[in-house]
Amino acid sequence: MTLYRNLSIRQKQIVWAWAFLALPVLFYSVIRFYPTGNAILISFQDWNLLGDRTWAGFDNYAKLMADPVFWKVFQNTFVYLLLGTPVSLVISFVIAYHLDKLRFMHGFLRMLYFLPFMTSAVAMAWVWRWFYQPVPIGLFNNFLASVGIPQVNFLNSTTNALPSILAPAVWAGLGFQIIIFMAGLRAIPKSYYEAAKIDGVSTWTVLWEITLPLLKPTIVFLVVFSSIGFLRIFDHVFNMTSQNPGGPLNSTKPLVLMIYQTAFNSFDMGYAAAQTVVLFLVLLVVSLLQLRLLRDR
Amino acid sequence: MAIQGLKALAFGAATSAAALLASAANAVEIEYWQYFFDARVQAMEQLIENFQAANPDITVKMTHFPYADYRTKVAAAIPAGEGPDVVQLFYGWLNDYVAAELIQPLPADAFPAATIDAEFFPMVQAMKDGDAYWALPTAVRSLALFYNERLLEEAGVEPPTTLDEMVAAARAMTKVDGAGNITQVGITAGMTAQDHHWWREVLVRQFGGEPYVDDYKTVAYNSDAGVAALDFYVGMAEGDEPITSFGFMDEPQAAFKAGRAGMHIDGSFRIGSLNNTRGLKWGVTELPATNDGTRSNYSSYWVNAITTKAEGEKYDAAVKFMQYITSDEAMQVWLDVVGELPAKPSVGLTDANANDPVFGPFIKGLAYANTTKFANESGQRQLMVEMVERITLQGMSPAESLAIAAEAEQKLLDDYYASN
Repeated sequence: MTLYRNLSIRQKQIVWAWAFLALPVLFYSVIRFYPTGNAILISFQDWNLLGDRTWAGFDNYAKLMADPVFWKVFQNTFVYLLLGTPVSLVISFVIAYHLDKLRFMHGFLRMLYFLPFMTSAVAMAWVWRWFYQPVPIGLFNNFLASVGIPQVNFLNSTTNALPSILAPAVWAGLGFQIIIFMAGLRAIPKSYYEAAKIDGVSTWTVLWEITLPLLKPTIVFLVVFSSIGFLRIFDHVFNMTSQNPGGPLNSTKPLVLMIYQTAFNSFDMGYAAAQTVVLFLVLLVVSLLQLRLLRDR
Repeated sequence: MAIQGLKALAFGAATSAAALLASAANAVEIEYWQYFFDARVQAMEQLIENFQAANPDITVKMTHFPYADYRTKVAAAIPAGEGPDVVQLFYGWLNDYVAAELIQPLPADAFPAATIDAEFFPMVQAMKDGDAYWALPTAVRSLALFYNERLLEEAGVEPPTTLDEMVAAARAMTKVDGAGNITQVGITAGMTAQDHHWWREVLVRQFGGEPYVDDYKTVAYNSDAGVAALDFYVGMAEGDEPITSFGFMDEPQAAFKAGRAGMHIDGSFRIGSLNNTRGLKWGVTELPATNDGTRSNYSSYWVNAITTKAEGEKYDAAVKFMQYITSDEAMQVWLDVVGELPAKPSVGLTDANANDPVFGPFIKGLAYANTTKFANESGQRQLMVEMVERITLQGMSPAESLAIAAEAEQKLLDDYYASN
């Protein structure tokens, strides 16, 4: 007690800060840092979940490099990212930009856009899965067939399946991005627009010179946030292809699904952990890169 | 008065608690684990009730959870001294469970190997190691050909007995719309369902080949017979008059349930859900033979085993419970409730069961069934799925696609046996 009494006010504040921080620090150590460290350790071992763990060195990483499925999956993961992030950002910005100017039924429309974000991804994936079926049960193909257009193989195709799965995933995330964009738009001071109006500049110039530059923090946040989301895409893919997860022929399989299958179908924990470490590094590099590129200078 | 009442209540509560503790002291509680499948849980509840009535000093607590978590939870619980005393596992997992010391062999006095050899279907001998059995099934499953009676009647065909008849019947039941899109299939197809078993253990053998040699450690289907079997299988969805379509109505069993498929190959475990489908009139027959009468079938089973956690009086209770759930009576309950077939010919091949219009075809199939020894069932199935996809989606020739699948499966088997 005397020890505490002898501390300066500044030091006491630090002690209290750490006292309050202890709980979250402990919590994070146990549920975040310890499992993360353990996963990295397992990635250098062989373990089938039931038996002993045996040291394998870099075998799992060597296997990963030589596995053609891994490279296909790696590529798919980036296709999800590189298609999904720009497309969803552009669509949500366009909607937010126009919704912001609209007064009539504004709240109702905003709710409609936000609704998919609140819906369970699993339920949504299954509904879209049925939309995409061939005749006689698929909504889209039934429509095509009724107007005399040949059927489109949405999910049962190595080229169409990935975009078909990405579409509902983009749609589901729109609501959130629109809300964030609208908050960003509201935060831009009106005086800039008034000044622009007095000077008589065109709508395009206003958009390029005022709105977008001032939205930069919002855009940075959304790019990082949605990139992480697309790099970790799982539930849409798994539920839309649950008979043949990530199929056909691995054309829709993202890294997270491969990790899941390696761990819980093949029970090859070491190999799955090695894939997890790779995913972690990818997420880290992509996030750091985006923050650096989009940061204000 | 109120205080008196309160006192009486407290006294009553105390005595009944004491009574509960006293009875708990005499009783042994053992835990039984299985994965969740409605009919299996119901059947086990019924068995536990019967068992407890016969053994009032033993209580059995059943725990079940989704299939997806099953293996993980068992693996985590037993070493921690938590989990089950008696556990249900898939026959293909036995090696892993034995190697990890999760289960112990059944005692030879209660389960003499010679008696089991004589009484159970021979495929059960895969569970034997020397003179001891590691585990025993209550029930086994096999495949058969389900057919939609209405569609068969409408097309004027009989339930097929040979592959040629099957193709002809399927052709008669297939319907296409004006644009040539299939709106009703003659027979369902999809390696994701039970077809990979049908192709592997039945078609390959019927076309004169062997799917595997060397105790399922070496792939042997990459042969002329294998190519012929694959040609036949994929050919059903190709040509001018296809009789099926891969991925039709999302899932084969969904198409059959909806009455949009004439025939469907599936296991005996499907019976329960078909019975619950309103408006579906269905029948079932043995898997079609070749013209010279060659037949084959695929059978699989779940087994029960005593875990290493069970010791002392719990072990004795677990042995008693194992004896009951592998008894003739338990097998009949399992057949009636789940639709899975008794693991002993003496129960399965009774006249009543063998001539049963529903169970009969499955039970007859057991007589000539083969049991694939999987290293990783879902992984090996995936290779079959991709083998067909390379042909249907990428236009690869069946022979080439088959060779790729055989090589990949051999690698999978080699890796598995190298580490076990």
